[in-house]
Amino acid sequence: MALPPNVNATDFESALRAWRDSVGADWVFTSDADVALYRDAYSPFWGEPEERVASAAVAPSTVEQVQAVVRVANQYKIPLYAISTGRNLAYGGSAPVYSGSVVLDLKRMNRVLEVNERNAYALVEPGVSYFDLHEHITKAKLDVWVDPPDPGWGSVIGNALDGGGGWTAYPFRDHFGAHCGMEVVLANGEIVRTGMGALPDSKSWQHNKWGYGPWVDGLFRQGNMGVVTKMGFYMMPRPEAMQTATVQGAGQDDIVPLLDTLNLLENQHVVNGSTSLFGGPRPPGAPPGAAAWTIQVPIYGPEKVVRAQMEYCREKFAKIPGATFTEGELFRTPLDAATLNRVRKVSFGVPDLSTFGMLGRNPANPAPPGGHIGFSPIIPRTGEAVLEYSRFYTENLATVSEGGTLRFLGPVFMTNWERSMVAMIMFPIGRDPVHNRKMRGAFERWVELAAAKGWAEYRAPAAFQDLCAKTYSYNNGALTRLRETIKDAVDPNGILSPGRYGVWPKHLRKA
Amino acid sequence: MMKRATLPAAFAALFVPLAAIAAAAPPAAGEAVYTRWCVHCHSSGRGNPGTDSLQVKYSGKVPAVLLERTDLSPEAVSLFVRQGVLSMPPFRKTEVTDAELAALSSYVSQKYKKPR
Repeated sequence: MALPPNVNATDFESALRAWRDSVGADWVFTSDADVALYRDAYSPFWGEPEERVASAAVAPSTVEQVQAVVRVANQYKIPLYAISTGRNLAYGGSAPVYSGSVVLDLKRMNRVLEVNERNAYALVEPGVSYFDLHEHITKAKLDVWVDPPDPGWGSVIGNALDGGGGWTAYPFRDHFGAHCGMEVVLANGEIVRTGMGALPDSKSWQHNKWGYGPWVDGLFRQGNMGVVTKMGFYMMPRPEAMQTATVQGAGQDDIVPLLDTLNLLENQHVVNGSTSLFGGPRPPGAPPGAAAWTIQVPIYGPEKVVRAQMEYCREKFAKIPGATFTEGELFRTPLDAATLNRVRKVSFGVPDLSTFGMLGRNPANPAPPGGHIGFSPIIPRTGEAVLEYSRFYTENLATVSEGGTLRFLGPVFMTNWERSMVAMIMFPIGRDPVHNRKMRGAFERWVELAAAKGWAEYRAPAAFQDLCAKTYSYNNGALTRLRETIKDAVDPNGILSPGRYGVWPKHLRKA
Repeated sequence: MMKRATLPAAFAALFVPLAAIAAAAPPAAGEAVYTRWCVHCHSSGRGNPGTDSLQVKYSGKVPAVLLERTDLSPEAVSLFVRQGVLSMPPFRKTEVTDAELAALSSYVSQKYKKPR
């Protein structure tokens, strides 16, 4: 059995004994085989000394048990790493950022505490997955939709806290933005409820997210200031209809008016669905007139409103010379089983795992390495930024890919967020240390090159969270220093998820 | 000839206790675990990455849908669940307990034909 760093065997045994008393012996894992289940299956350091691994795991099922576990960890200064469902694959999965931490596995806290159809919100625990919440809603015949991200087994709370997003309408697909109220266990074991939840016997915890006074919820997003044990979310009342239009522009520079028009329509909330952008530099030999850019434009709402909004979109895009606008099938909800089987389920509030087909074994890629990580810098939502990033990628590709011998997927321009874009590059990761080392080098190079151009990550794999945090260095890293000051105040022993998103407690900070 | 999913002897030894638990588990228990954890990737039809992956791997020499396989022993099922394979990560005991794994392995391997 491995020991957590800077913890002696006697203290660790005492802590394990206390945890077994609190949560039951079956839910404290110390054997090599059990702890190995917490390895990050997509670790870019798989099998190498730098791989981030746990020393043990403890799995409480109630908030009182979480309090007890945290108090013991605080007493013995044992680092904990909280996970919800542990399915944050490509961003660290169920493995800690700080090797030797004890994983605080919240999967057993899997209760859907409330789904309120009338006011369209839910209150859930961290172990509730999108599949669980969807099943609950379906069984109870409630007329609200889940907003699923790509992997349906992810935690509703965990995805929101990591900065994840989904595929239905705005604002619901910004998962952290759509939350309303939290319950958090601090490092000393104390429970805090945020927003209106701070009122004893609150009647409006999930009705108003701001409450009174300074808003602290942001400290727990990609954070390590506490363990979130409950969270409320706004949900979308089932929309009557959904329709997607396809807009195409032939010229390379058409991306500028195309995105300007799309931005206007989204900022006016005429378009509310999660749009998609495809295209880029036209390959040599492409037929004349072939589309350089394609945008999928989905709209959710009452049928007659959707039809009117589509007409308005058509008028706006018609002002771009040469652009084509094609309306797709209008779907009335709820979909029957046959229709659901031919559409992209997540766009209709039904979670699935089909995304794993993209980077898994498939006819186009019969021998993939298995895992992947992504570099996801935020760029402005303008056509000029897309063209600049495309040039940047092309100009640096030969060098970073070692003469084309390393295969990346990218750049994928994601228009999921209303006000910005993600210009993603994907890196296949497997079990071959030589391949992984080359991919790590390429990842680091893209981060450095992008930062020099003013582009930085919104979310990063555990192994690169320090690297990406360092790119946010304005005024000698003032933001990082502010976070460290808060961390030291609320978690003086530095026991909660040390290093998560580059925030380290005082005793582990490097000069 | 059909390829069989074989196991090293050391792994097979690990699963002796599971076989004993599985004998006591009703088939419905295994089906419930399968429906909760496996069905999203290993069913038939569109959008099943596990099925799609096995179709490419075996090119139809063995069925791509898990429940149609006759070459998966309970021990092989348990191994894949706890070890993971390719894009599929391992499943922790807070997700699938040992007792649930035994029931699942028995359920998925219901058509298993022992090699002579």
